[in-house]
Amino acid sequence: MKLTLKVWRQKNPNAPGRFETYEHPDVNEHMSFLEMLDVLNQQLIERGEEPIAFDHDCREGICGICSLMIDGVAHGPERATTACQLHMRFFNDGDTVTIEPWRARAFPVLKDLIVDRSAFDRIIQAGGFISAGIGGAPDANATLVPKPNADRAMDAATCIGCGACVAACPNASAMLFASAKIGHLNLLPQGQPERYTRVARMVAQMEHEGFGACTNMGECEAVCPKEISMDFISLMNKDRIGAALRGIRD
Amino acid sequence: MTTDSIAPAPPAPVRTPVAPTPSVVLDAKIPDGPIEQKWEKHTFEMQLVNPANKRRYTIIVVGTGLAGAGAAAALGELGYNVKSFCYQDSPRRAHSIAAQGGINASKNYRNDGDSIYRLFYDTVKGGDFRAREGNVYRLAEISGNIIDQCVALGVPFAREYGGLLDTRSFGGALVSRTFYARGQTGQQLLLGAYSALERQVALGKVQMHTRHEMLELIVVDDRAVGIVTRDMVTGEIEAHLGDAVVMATGGYGNVFYLSTMAKGCNATAIWRAHRKGAAFANPCYTQIHPTCIPVAGSYQSKLTLMSESLRNDGRVWVPKTPGDTRSPDQIPESERDYYLERKYPSYGNLAPRDIASRAAKEACDDGRGVGPGGLGVYLDFADATRRLGANVIRERYGNLFDMYNRITGEDPYTVPMRIYPAVHYTMGGLWVDYNLMSTIPGLFVGGEANFSDHGANRLGASALMQGLADGYFILPMTVGDYLAKNRQSTVTMDHPAVSEALNEVEARTRRLMGINGARTVDSIHRELGRIMWEYCGMARTDASLRKALQLIPELREQFWKDVRVPGDGNELNQELEKAGRVADFLELGELICIDALHRTESCGGHFREESQTEDGEALRDDENFSYVAAWFTGDSPSSPKLVKEPLAFENIHLAQRSYK
Repeated sequence: MKLTLKVWRQKNPNAPGRFETYEHPDVNEHMSFLEMLDVLNQQLIERGEEPIAFDHDCREGICGICSLMIDGVAHGPERATTACQLHMRFFNDGDTVTIEPWRARAFPVLKDLIVDRSAFDRIIQAGGFISAGIGGAPDANATLVPKPNADRAMDAATCIGCGACVAACPNASAMLFASAKIGHLNLLPQGQPERYTRVARMVAQMEHEGFGACTNMGECEAVCPKEISMDFISLMNKDRIGAALRGIRD
Repeated sequence: MTTDSIAPAPPAPVRTPVAPTPSVVLDAKIPDGPIEQKWEKHTFEMQLVNPANKRRYTIIVVGTGLAGAGAAAALGELGYNVKSFCYQDSPRRAHSIAAQGGINASKNYRNDGDSIYRLFYDTVKGGDFRAREGNVYRLAEISGNIIDQCVALGVPFAREYGGLLDTRSFGGALVSRTFYARGQTGQQLLLGAYSALERQVALGKVQMHTRHEMLELIVVDDRAVGIVTRDMVTGEIEAHLGDAVVMATGGYGNVFYLSTMAKGCNATAIWRAHRKGAAFANPCYTQIHPTCIPVAGSYQSKLTLMSESLRNDGRVWVPKTPGDTRSPDQIPESERDYYLERKYPSYGNLAPRDIASRAAKEACDDGRGVGPGGLGVYLDFADATRRLGANVIRERYGNLFDMYNRITGEDPYTVPMRIYPAVHYTMGGLWVDYNLMSTIPGLFVGGEANFSDHGANRLGASALMQGLADGYFILPMTVGDYLAKNRQSTVTMDHPAVSEALNEVEARTRRLMGINGARTVDSIHRELGRIMWEYCGMARTDASLRKALQLIPELREQFWKDVRVPGDGNELNQELEKAGRVADFLELGELICIDALHRTESCGGHFREESQTEDGEALRDDENFSYVAAWFTGDSPSSPKLVKEPLAFENIHLAQRSYK
């Protein structure tokens, strides 16, 4: 099939960006979206043009590095699917497809479709861990964890840190990302000692990085490739109140 | 000493790195005494750094997978200053994250007869008796602590209703010792190590450098004292100095172009260290995983693994007649060949990875492969669905079926899956001694990047175990011992070796940018991959390897004459990144073939057609090949020198593996 692509091109963080239009005559329905871009890039290089820069690595939907806004939807039209696992059979011959980077103040564009998501690492640094030094751990079965809690913690822990939630949110809020990590750790017995300081510090860092507030739009949950539920935002807010009642600040 | 980064000095002429003459004997430094006491005794005998002095040392850690992130976090906790590097935008994305199945540990929580000794035995046997007993025993010994540590860090392992940890069975073992977190065990273990790492970043003990690629090792007076990196956003080339260097940069499977690795996985760090004198051990030991989604077209960029667990209920078959193009539902039972069940009646569809992979290749070579290009076999769930019902199948494999459907557009509930083997793991890597130190003093290597524990074939769920054993528990001890004995490096940024290393990197970059030929980097990488797969893949012969050894240098020459790298070196340039990696793959590929040619026996993942039993099984030659092949490459990648480290088996009796 043939596609027309409108792709955001931006030389570096300081340069102005613009959409460039490319005709792509060689799209095969079995290609992944990223392979479709690979083929275009090969043609651009052969024509003496600069290929389109985009982040990609594992290409099996787990590393979380891919970050394409496809026709205005983070990771494109398929539910629960990262851009790397999106295949071209979901597009039609003659379609015009618009490809942009994540857009958020806290995710500055580095080049073309690549953004800087180091703000997420700093949110984790603020409290997204359990302070268990290597070597001092008790036997793994010493503390029982009820299966429903372990399963729910795992639901939250599947977050791949891609940032689609931020890109989809009209407020560019990182609440779903932060709440997934807080939910994961705060649901486990091992996470209890730092439960309230964790939530206070991570939320403060999130605000400091320039992410917006949550207004319950639900766009984040709709695009999350791991289908992480907004319920974790409620859980996080409950712990924020708990932290406030205990006088715990960041 | 200073650890600041500086801009490179003005460029000097290109100098070929010179490897030292290989020492005659490789000393693995396995401690004396009974195998059960080696590590404990060694731990006591190692020297310690005064806690107050640890902050005076800087350790460079390259790579942030399980081994790298684990080591960086543990070394930071001990009080050392750590500089950590990864090529991804965040340490959380290292490819350990993609491991699905689980992590082995000899906890014996099941009361099914597991023990440290049994895990040790299974791993040595699984590796086809080509691993060091001492290293493997230590791995088994540490395995239990790893699970304890991961639980303490909040890894949400699967639990039973009583709240205890759940386990499952995996290939190569008769006990249930594999701990797991759904199909995302690697992700959860890595996120645990990542959180420990980020905690140290927040505490100021680890300085994190993301989107940085290591391009050279700095060696002064036969000691590793630093690295040269390229900032992948700005293009800046910088030197970083330290008192020891730890490399945990993963495997080299992408030399085959198509593999289950991430696109960025590369061998540049280990290859640069190799060219600076670090021996490369057993490069020909590569693992081909039997159940991957087949190649769909010439544009294919990578291969996706489908969990081995599918073979519990799926039946593998091809048509009996070559060239049969009927759709699978049109082929009657009597015209199907369930070849694994036919050839291996007792193991059937659960034959080990290397055996199942080779059998699939044979069927396809026979013209009986299915799907586009005839490179695929069916994995059929129709029988299991009839026996158990679609709901049970959905419960067991639902997420895998969904993934298959997403990628192929076919519904495995109604149409048999098509699978084909793919490169998955590399057992070879930089040679290390018991302390995980390479032949360059001060250069330590952990995880898949070293060669140490899996012999010629790795068992499922053992890669995660080894990565975390190296990272959390072994490297923090052995690096400390090295520092206590060798003190701080006195090398500063104005040392000539630093500017020489910077100049080498600058010159290589300029050379790549300056060729401006006609071929894209990918087209050459694909061609290398085809050569490797065709002539040095699942089955190797003297003739095929000689053919590869003729083609690879030709391709390498063409690369340096005709590659085109667009853009600029001083900016984010993904083609330049790839070009540097492919340049190194073009040398490593040759070494893999040289090693495969010299090892005329078959063992584990290395199958030489000349060395097989009457039934077509791998035939080891213990008399002549019971050694680690450690290679040193001097000026020319075409004529490396071989040094052998003999393998002694004092605890385990060598035997032929059989799966009939």
